[in-house]
Amino acid sequence: MNPDWIYGLIGGLLIGTASAVLLLGNGRIAGISGILGGVLTGRNLPEGAAFLAGLIGLPALYALTLGAPAIAVTGWLPLLLAGGLLVGFGTRLGSGCTSGHGVCGMSRLSPRSLVATGTFMAVAAVTVFLTRHVLGGF
Amino acid sequence: MRLLAALAAGALFGLGLIVSDMVNPARVLGFLDIAGDWDPTLAFVLAGALAPMAVVWRIAAGRAAPVCGGSFPGRPSTRLDGRLIGGAALFGVGWGLVGFCPGPALVALGSGSLEALTFSVAMLIGMLVYEFAAPAEKAA
Repeated sequence: MNPDWIYGLIGGLLIGTASAVLLLGNGRIAGISGILGGVLTGRNLPEGAAFLAGLIGLPALYALTLGAPAIAVTGWLPLLLAGGLLVGFGTRLGSGCTSGHGVCGMSRLSPRSLVATGTFMAVAAVTVFLTRHVLGGF
Repeated sequence: MRLLAALAAGALFGLGLIVSDMVNPARVLGFLDIAGDWDPTLAFVLAGALAPMAVVWRIAAGRAAPVCGGSFPGRPSTRLDGRLIGGAALFGVGWGLVGFCPGPALVALGSGSLEALTFSVAMLIGMLVYEFAAPAEKAA
């Protein structure tokens, strides 16, 4: 038994604390897709940009000092582009992603967030099943 | 003060995604692959994030206003419509294809991943397409 779940729990607590700081401090929902959309359209520019600066800047500092976290991700361009387009369009149409609906909304038992999270989790699991076990992996 | 709170929250959020290894698409896909060698880590991340937020929503309910001013979000809407479910479904397909959702994509971008850069550019284009193609009724 490896201790991965402990890191998962600690990381999750950090994410929850970050969301708490934004809610109690500024009254805002820490939903990444919503914040990105707000910055893109200029509706939430200074605060959203400050949040994104921390979200992207800290990993940059982390990578420069401690080394970039090792990740494994597809290098196939069409898949990256299709995935990105679907995630960008879908999260804006559905008003949220894993953070906004999954963490912030579900923690207040928002009906919309419960339904959205159930939907994207189920659809993602079916997508992984089809690509890995039916189509044999990309 | 509000900018500082937002910056700190973003940094803490990014650190959490690195510590939990949710920045790693292989880890996320391992959770979503229930028919394979299932990796439960994402469930622990979600539990760890939900716990403080469940408490904080109660604290917020007892306060008149946020610490740095402004107002708290209103009561959650109960309207379940096609946009919500269709959007969540499209997001689910993209998430399942690559293993990045918006937060981890930006964190991996910050740590120098070219794949994350490609994904993030496409994600921003997808968001802009939404802004131009679906202007009516944008719920927060």
